[in-house]
Amino acid sequence: MITLTDVHKAFGSNRVLRGVNLTIPSGESMVIIGGSGTGKSVLLKCILGLVHADTGSITLDGEDVETASRDTFLARFGMLFQGGALFDSLPVWQNVAFRLLRGSLKRPKDEARAIAIEKLRRVGLKPETADLFPAELSGGMQKRVGLARAIAAEPEIIFFDEPTTGLDPIMAGVINQLIREIVTEMGATAMTITHDMSSVRAIADRVAMLHDGVIQWTGPVTEMDATADPYVQQFIHGRAEGPIEAVR
Amino acid sequence: MSILAPVAAIGRLVLGGLATLGRLALFGVEAVSHLFRPPFYPKEFLHALMQIGWFSLPVVGMTALFTGGALALQIYAGGARFSAESVVPSIVAIGMVRELGPVLGGLMVAARVASSIAAEIGTMKVTEQIDALVTLSTHPMKYLTVPRVLAATLAVPVLVAVGDSIGIFGGYLVGVNRLGFNPATYLKNTREFLEWSDIASGLWKGAAFGFIVALMGCFYGMHSGRGAQGVGRATKSAVVAASVLILATNYILTEVFFSA
Ligand SMILES: Nc1ncnc2c1ncn2[C@@H]1O[C@H](COP(=O)(O)OP(=O)(O)OP(=O)(O)O)[C@@H](O)[C@H]1O
Ligand SMILES: [Mg+2]
Repeated sequence: MITLTDVHKAFGSNRVLRGVNLTIPSGESMVIIGGSGTGKSVLLKCILGLVHADTGSITLDGEDVETASRDTFLARFGMLFQGGALFDSLPVWQNVAFRLLRGSLKRPKDEARAIAIEKLRRVGLKPETADLFPAELSGGMQKRVGLARAIAAEPEIIFFDEPTTGLDPIMAGVINQLIREIVTEMGATAMTITHDMSSVRAIADRVAMLHDGVIQWTGPVTEMDATADPYVQQFIHGRAEGPIEAVR
Repeated sequence: MSILAPVAAIGRLVLGGLATLGRLALFGVEAVSHLFRPPFYPKEFLHALMQIGWFSLPVVGMTALFTGGALALQIYAGGARFSAESVVPSIVAIGMVRELGPVLGGLMVAARVASSIAAEIGTMKVTEQIDALVTLSTHPMKYLTVPRVLAATLAVPVLVAVGDSIGIFGGYLVGVNRLGFNPATYLKNTREFLEWSDIASGLWKGAAFGFIVALMGCFYGMHSGRGAQGVGRATKSAVVAASVLILATNYILTEVFFSA
């Protein structure tokens, strides 16, 4: 279980997170929604310790993430970055198998490659892609390689930052299904950022909406449509008029 | 307020400079401390060795060749003023080995290697690849900095040794073909006055310069600002800092070796 208590983060005068309180239960799929630039990506990075929160506490199973042993802590996580963040000096398969080629999870090269190709297949990429370099792939393909890398070592907790952005509707459907499978079959905890409401409905157990630096609303996905919260209503229906200003 | 503004600006500049110096020192200490702690990444090290050592050979070689040649001409012209033309071979050798080989080699490596390291690591930083490394349980310091720093510290002395030889050869070519020296005499004079300590001091300098070059490239890359502009600034700062530090370190090391 991941618990965030009163988390604040500012970049200079830009106060991005202003007291985030959120609990992500183990084995559940939490989806974070919210306008562009509200700090969703920063929130994920705070949990991973890539960005340090100014105040507030973030705990994983009761242990503070800032004081936990970094190696054992990070070994439990997989992360898909918004921009893919593939290593452009390495071919696709070595990107996917990065964790399996070094460190405590190291295994023989052929085995790592086989796993990489299997993970690539799961995100809808042909085995031929394995030997290409990231620069030779389209944006959507890079995103899927990033996804394959995030799940390659079968982590307990996986963060997906906009997994379906830039994908065609069919591929988006494949990815949504994959994330759902990872949670239900492997029992992983997933935290997904998305702007795509069909993804929200396909992936989420619970939904949290970030706005103005706080969690504006959170609840089970089944209650999302019925909620009276004007922010959520404006967001899910994509209306220009409402409490959320169009210019931010 | 307005009278104090320039003073405040100077103060900010000095404080900023000191803060960078402090961060740099901490970065250097951290890099060195990781040199001896596993995990090690031999593949990255070999790759860095190729990039820094092998591919710098042409640049360093050309620089040394022309410098050796020019040095022979200059010393001949200077020496002629007090009929000491015969010192050309030994002064070329000593000048190359003690000073010009390591300094010019170091500066060329700074231009070539500090810039490319800073640009590469800076781009990785900007595109979140460094963050990705961390989430994949890989320490960026160990994976990116240590192999490069180690490779440069080991490779640059070798480059300097090669550069020294090529520089002396350049002096020999000019001495024999342009200045009318007897080939055998030229070689004999070169060898006679050159001491092992001359060569060693140059190689130590090379090691220090290699360390500086890679450290500056990694430091400015890791601290790159956001976007293409950030990477551009990081690259420029890495080359400038590496070059200035090389020249300053050269003076200090020369004092040390000279008084020793
Ligand atoms: N490293 C940083 N330095 C300075 N400001 C930052 C940094 N990272 C993020 N920000 C700022 O924090 C705010 C939130 O950024 P973030 O990337 O979390 O938005 P987001 O909610 O993920 O948006 P999107 O949906 O467009 O991805 C932005 O105003 C951004 O400018
Ligand atoms: Mg984002």
